[in-house]
Amino acid sequence: MIEVISESRCVACDRCVSVCPTNVFDRAEGGIPVIARQSDCQTCFMCELYCPADALYVDPDSEKAVGVTEALLEERGLWGGYREKVGWGKGRKPVAAHEYMYQLSVKTGF
Amino acid sequence: MGQKAVNGALNLTADVLVIGGGPAGTWAAVSAAAKGVKVILADKGYCGSSGATAPSGTGVWYVKPERELREAAKASRYTMGGQLAEHGWMDRVLDRTYENMNKLGEFGYPFPLDPEGKPHRRSLQGPEYMRLMRRLVQKAGVQILDHSPALELLADAYGVGGASGVRTQTGDVWTVRAGAVVIATGGCAFLSKALGCNVLTGDGYLLAAEAGADLSGMEFSNAYAICPTFSSVTKTAYYTYATFYYEDGTPIEGAGSKRGRSVIARKLLEGHRVYASLDRAPEELKPLLRVGQTNFFLPFDRRSIDPFKDRFPVTLRLEGTVRGTGGIRITDESCATVVPGLYAAGDAATRELICGGFTGGGSHNAAWAMSSGSFAGEGAAEYAKRLGARAASRDLRSASSSSFASGKEAGFGNASRRTEEIVRAVQEEVMPYDRNLFRSGPKLESSLKRLDQVWNEQRERAIERSAEGVKAREAAAMTATARWMYHSALARKETRGMHKREDYPELDPRQHYRLTSGGLDRVWVRPEPVKQEAAEKEGVPL
Repeated sequence: MIEVISESRCVACDRCVSVCPTNVFDRAEGGIPVIARQSDCQTCFMCELYCPADALYVDPDSEKAVGVTEALLEERGLWGGYREKVGWGKGRKPVAAHEYMYQLSVKTGF
Repeated sequence: MGQKAVNGALNLTADVLVIGGGPAGTWAAVSAAAKGVKVILADKGYCGSSGATAPSGTGVWYVKPERELREAAKASRYTMGGQLAEHGWMDRVLDRTYENMNKLGEFGYPFPLDPEGKPHRRSLQGPEYMRLMRRLVQKAGVQILDHSPALELLADAYGVGGASGVRTQTGDVWTVRAGAVVIATGGCAFLSKALGCNVLTGDGYLLAAEAGADLSGMEFSNAYAICPTFSSVTKTAYYTYATFYYEDGTPIEGAGSKRGRSVIARKLLEGHRVYASLDRAPEELKPLLRVGQTNFFLPFDRRSIDPFKDRFPVTLRLEGTVRGTGGIRITDESCATVVPGLYAAGDAATRELICGGFTGGGSHNAAWAMSSGSFAGEGAAEYAKRLGARAASRDLRSASSSSFASGKEAGFGNASRRTEEIVRAVQEEVMPYDRNLFRSGPKLESSLKRLDQVWNEQRERAIERSAEGVKAREAAAMTATARWMYHSALARKETRGMHKREDYPELDPRQHYRLTSGGLDRVWVRPEPVKQEAAEKEGVPL
């Protein structure tokens, strides 16, 4: 589930409010979005992927909130990990075009 | 016909309204717009991130138009699917998928290149694909309504003519009057939190059935995906490389990702915890697998688990009709339904025509979404053109079986809790492996008794035009879906495709037909013959 919106990283663009398929966030007047309906989160990671500031963290557990802290995410370097792997963001190449995609398809049919 | 069409804060007109903004909906919108008509697309969430495709990677049934390759592709799931597919449809879908995948390349999808520098078009990365589709929809001049679930279809004596719903971020009511409507709302996974599937609650099935459409293949609705217990990522392909273990580390005999999935279910039913490890993946493939499905590894990385070495607990998560094959029955090549002006595409429609009764997951579903989306979009556009100016003067009324009310008229104080209770009651019938995966007459009958009661209780319920009301409608749609599923499963007294009956464990050649279903308060099921050309080609006795 969505666990954290980092106050220090968030640029208040409200992109997550727009892209969340299950409408988990609310805009906040003059501030950063709030996680308003955490239990509606379906753990699809799309908000993280669309966040231009790597300010969100979705924990893999889809059933319950685990209470991750910003400090822990910082320490373990978990900000923006998915976006980096998908290859979104300035100067990155989309993973869709990765040469391994071709090799994997030829070798395994995936 | 019901209440007069509601006029809300947002009243629009179009030639074609597409409900749903996943792959099928976006292809429908783009294809309709290409016919020169005005199109509006309403998505329950956000067109581009909503649905099962956006957060995933998927193979695509992309086969070069060479006779031998095509014949092999068609044969691959024909028998597994219980011989309910039709060759004519498989040909059309293979043709259109080939065409659309090539178009995606032209539009800028970054396909990987082969050693000769040519694009290799066998799979799609969901985020990339759906972001591009949103751009194409916008470029085609289609108006997108995000966060705008439909609550009711609008119709007159001549057929469907629009829909109405609520904008969940503002609370406003929207109404779109349209010459034709395409339902592309996806399947139903019963809020199981399978990856990206919680927006897929069977809404389109209910909307269509209320307008008089019927369904087909609803017995093929018991897909379960292997999934780590601590995760939502229901991607099963890589479990080809898995060994499954008991708590004490001894391997489970016969457990596997394909035919051995039942063994896993049995062990879970017996109360075992089941563990998996992808320890059979060849060393040289590991880096390739990591790139192939980035999201598959996300939960492991975040829990510091090495899935190639460590054992991690797994479960089976219900994917219902999303990876099943049942859905709204379509009656011709334009993906029309029996209701004039109403079209269906993607997982909302039956996929039996191309894969019979065996999971349409992955490549077939992706191919079906992009081709049926195109067929439906084009069909709806032509229909709307024929309607012409007459469309504007229709006296449209709600086709819904729910009665809607505003918050002040009815007491909605406990609505949210009541909705949760209904959802849980339905989940208790459709999620357990010993009910839905391993079916039997007595178990289906007892489930149906309870589901009928759950349905009847909801008939008394007034539904608010609000975000809360959307959830109440989802609960109704899931209840209706479960009833079509189990009535169909009860009628099919054999084991065919993914439908398994403990009391009829063999395939019965006399039941080589599809099952059509429908009805709201009274559910009906009846057989529909499979087109003869399909059977003859395979030499199956008729």
